[in-house]
Amino acid sequence: MKAFTQHTGLVGPMDRANVDTDLIIPKQFLKSIQRSGFGPNAFDELRYLDEGAPGKDNSTRPVNPEFPLNFERYQGASVLLTRENFGCGSSREHAPWALDEYGFRAIIAPSFADIFFNNCFKNGMLPIVIAEEIVEQLFQEMYATEGYSLTIDLEKQVVVKPSGEEIAFEVDAFRKHCLLNGFDDIGLTLQDADKITAYEEARRKSAPWLFNFGS
Amino acid sequence: MAGKTLYDKLWDLHVVSQRDDGSALIYIDRHIVHEVTSPQAFEGLRLAGRKPWRVDSVVATPDHNVPTTQAERAHGIAGIEDPISKIQVQTLDDNCDELGILEFKINDKRQGIVHVVGPESGACLPGMTIVCGDSHTSTNGALGALSMGIGTSEVEHVMATQCLVSKKMKNMLVRVDGQLGAGVTPKDVVLAIIGKIGTAGGTGFAIEFGGDVFKAMSMEGRLTVCNMAIEAGARAGMVAVDDITLDYVKGKSFAPKGDAWDMAVAEWKNLHSDTNAEFDQVVVLNGADIEPQVSWGTSPEMVLPVSGVVPNPAHESDAVKKTGIERALEYMGLEAEQSIDSIHVDRVFIGSCTNSRIEDMRAAAEVVQGLQKADSVKEAIVVPGSGLVKQQAEDEGLDIIFEQAGFEWREPGCSMCLAMNADRLNEGEHCASTSNRNFEGRQGYGGRTHLVSPAMAAAAGIAGHFVDVRTILSQKAAGAGE
Repeated sequence: MKAFTQHTGLVGPMDRANVDTDLIIPKQFLKSIQRSGFGPNAFDELRYLDEGAPGKDNSTRPVNPEFPLNFERYQGASVLLTRENFGCGSSREHAPWALDEYGFRAIIAPSFADIFFNNCFKNGMLPIVIAEEIVEQLFQEMYATEGYSLTIDLEKQVVVKPSGEEIAFEVDAFRKHCLLNGFDDIGLTLQDADKITAYEEARRKSAPWLFNFGS
Repeated sequence: MAGKTLYDKLWDLHVVSQRDDGSALIYIDRHIVHEVTSPQAFEGLRLAGRKPWRVDSVVATPDHNVPTTQAERAHGIAGIEDPISKIQVQTLDDNCDELGILEFKINDKRQGIVHVVGPESGACLPGMTIVCGDSHTSTNGALGALSMGIGTSEVEHVMATQCLVSKKMKNMLVRVDGQLGAGVTPKDVVLAIIGKIGTAGGTGFAIEFGGDVFKAMSMEGRLTVCNMAIEAGARAGMVAVDDITLDYVKGKSFAPKGDAWDMAVAEWKNLHSDTNAEFDQVVVLNGADIEPQVSWGTSPEMVLPVSGVVPNPAHESDAVKKTGIERALEYMGLEAEQSIDSIHVDRVFIGSCTNSRIEDMRAAAEVVQGLQKADSVKEAIVVPGSGLVKQQAEDEGLDIIFEQAGFEWREPGCSMCLAMNADRLNEGEHCASTSNRNFEGRQGYGGRTHLVSPAMAAAAGIAGHFVDVRTILSQKAAGAGE
């Protein structure tokens, strides 16, 4: 997994609550058996005025001129600013894959759906929970200032505004550790292989019905 | 000292190792796999040179991409017309064959929607930790299990280690007291709950559904309710083990038998919250107050009783919510304060992991029996959740009842719940759907989904618009009495 330590980037808006994973990456793109290729279709139904399909040439499709992330001033945005309950709905990891490939390294919202939140960390992307009133301030500052950028420092757990003002955020210690170092968490878990085996052996005795499936 | 909740007990039973930073290694008993969220995980294992930790904990079946028409289905994978879907289903077969994973393949009688297949086969049992790369895995919690949806990276992690790195969630009790009125179903109960607490109300929580309504509810009804825990934001929903649970599980193909059954039951009987357990949050509803529900918007929390009227954004003071209502009304093509029963229906979909079990089929058949689909309804499809549900329904003659009423009887799969196969809405069409998500575009580009119970979907198919199913049922009862 790629590491996340510090990132400075242009902020782009997704100014609505309850953005679901179907909106982030529509289901027709989930037929791919690859881990990549989803970026060009992130927010497909909002970005374009027609229906997208796997393999369709996006360069010939009508672009939605009213979708903010299509505005010239947000091109190259790498920090997504959004509203509460971002990423609700399905567990599809294609959602963070699509956002990552689109170019987002961090997402700021008042709250996230659990599974999406978790999936972000597995892909070196940082979801940041910040109080609703501060998110509102960030929206206003972003709308008022072309080229509005934020710096995110994971080590210090702060978002730094252009003014230098710092906004502190919480992050789980284990997730922070993995993200800072870009650790493969399967490798980390397998360091505890003895404990897993010991648990398993005890359960084989106390709950044998769990271990004879499909035989 | 406070007692333990059901969730506390399930958690404690599966902790392999508690880490200092608050996370824990949780052992996973059962891993269910489908074709959409697994290929990248299998590929990840291969690239890293890893093998599954315990192949006999995994069961797979294709569901999202499988066609539901007999013409396309008859030829198995070769018959799938969409070449990309075909590759995905084939890839699941290839991965399972290579690793020796038990799979119910496309035309196996036991194939079906993962969340229907798990409980009905006995692959999912009380007391288990169960994961699947699918958010509706919360369904299995109805058995008294800890069952959660995970992402593809975690699918790979569980394959490789049999564990999940997890942090304990908070405990929520959703208690529904009293009794449900006639014609009010488990789907209406869970929609009413989501309407009350919102789609983020359960975020960070494991929800236990308790109270008299759930104690009296059938196992299939409990599966419907837990299925939609995720629509309230909770990764896991669950119901305590009782005699209804044990009666349901006993005799299932993969359920323990003989001495193993007795041993299992001894463990399972403890799977309920202690009377002095403390919950971080308690939500209470009165069963008698719940009416048949219909969602009007683009989030499951945008739901109302069938007697209601669509909200007026002018009456909403919160700016974010107000624009949310305005956007939803525009997308759905509805007017503020329009009555729910004035919304016409173009298509009907009865199926999905929420409502495709035999009781759902029976409830819908009871409504349509002897009646005819409205001419204005272009299509009404009934998609059983598994080959076994299909067989049972046909043994009971339900397929004939549906077909005589002008409803199509299909092959099992996820179908129009998310339209990854050919079953989908056209732009602007309204659908009475027994599925779980009314998100924009979910059932087809520009499609307009209204979430309802199987009985309500059937009634809408007959009337051509939403209607209180209790009216139809009482008319039929009066007619039968004459």
